[in-house]
Amino acid sequence: MGKPEFIYVTYIETTPEKLWHALTDGDFTTRYWFGARLRSDWKVGSSFEMVRSNGTVSDAGKVVEYDPPRRLAYTFVNLSDKYKTDFPALATFTLEPYGKLVKLTLTHEGFAEGSKFYSGISKGWPAILSSLKSILETGKPLEIPFEALKMEA
Amino acid sequence: MNIDHFKPLTVYTIYIASTPEKVWEALTSAEFSRKYFFGNTVEIDLRIGGAYIVRTPDGALHIRGEVVECVPYRKLSFTFNVNWPELLEKLGATLVSYEIEPAGGAVRLTMTESHDRPLDDDILSGGRQGWPAILSSLKSLLETGEPLVVKMAPPARMLAALKKLGIKTP
Repeated sequence: MGKPEFIYVTYIETTPEKLWHALTDGDFTTRYWFGARLRSDWKVGSSFEMVRSNGTVSDAGKVVEYDPPRRLAYTFVNLSDKYKTDFPALATFTLEPYGKLVKLTLTHEGFAEGSKFYSGISKGWPAILSSLKSILETGKPLEIPFEALKMEA
Repeated sequence: MNIDHFKPLTVYTIYIASTPEKVWEALTSAEFSRKYFFGNTVEIDLRIGGAYIVRTPDGALHIRGEVVECVPYRKLSFTFNVNWPELLEKLGATLVSYEIEPAGGAVRLTMTESHDRPLDDDILSGGRQGWPAILSSLKSLLETGEPLVVKMAPPARMLAALKKLGIKTP
């Protein structure tokens, strides 16, 4: 068995520019990302954080690539004790125009063997990216309670 | 049919602002499927052992199988064998399962493609290319009333791998 890697593809009726904004604007991410605000100055090498509504930081890493509106990459790991044996893994987003649509591909890789964080993100991303697609196509995010993801305790 | 020896090789999960009943209908009705499944139509006899058929837009038989599990609005599993000479003999049966679960104001739909033997990534690339497009379009159709127009090139990597195995593809 190789090291785990998570790949997710979705097609969204939007423009690369709108999708890029949705992936990088902290105010916008709070609407579809279980309330998380992404915080970074988006310079390569700068810090990248996910901030909860109460202001505390849940996840942290670094910006690796910032090439609007085509390619975005950052590392992050959840800071809770549950994932204390994990280290930041690399999430790369590619945005490709596809007729009237945009094909969004997320590749999340570089996890430790037997990573618990990998199991967490595998449940989180489909919900986050489904809600992202909904908000861009209908103006409304999905209402998914975090508990519905059935994360392991 | 015993499916105990099938192992999941491709899994795709998507959340949809809809109800389990509507998602079930979209997955099982010919009219709906024509809109989001590259113009193909699904005909399914919803009982264990019932036929599962996919026809191309010109009416030709494309995929055939049989229903293995059927729990309305919750779970549907069926064999899914593309109608190409020797494909079934050389690669074994493909099993597709849909699981539908309520998740707050949305529905979680999980598609699992399983096989009774290991298959390499080249063979699996066809499904891995197709499912995200099909299910993204299904989600748009249920949420906006309009499917996506996904014009997809044939899965070249998979077709080349099948050709090497001597499986004739159109």
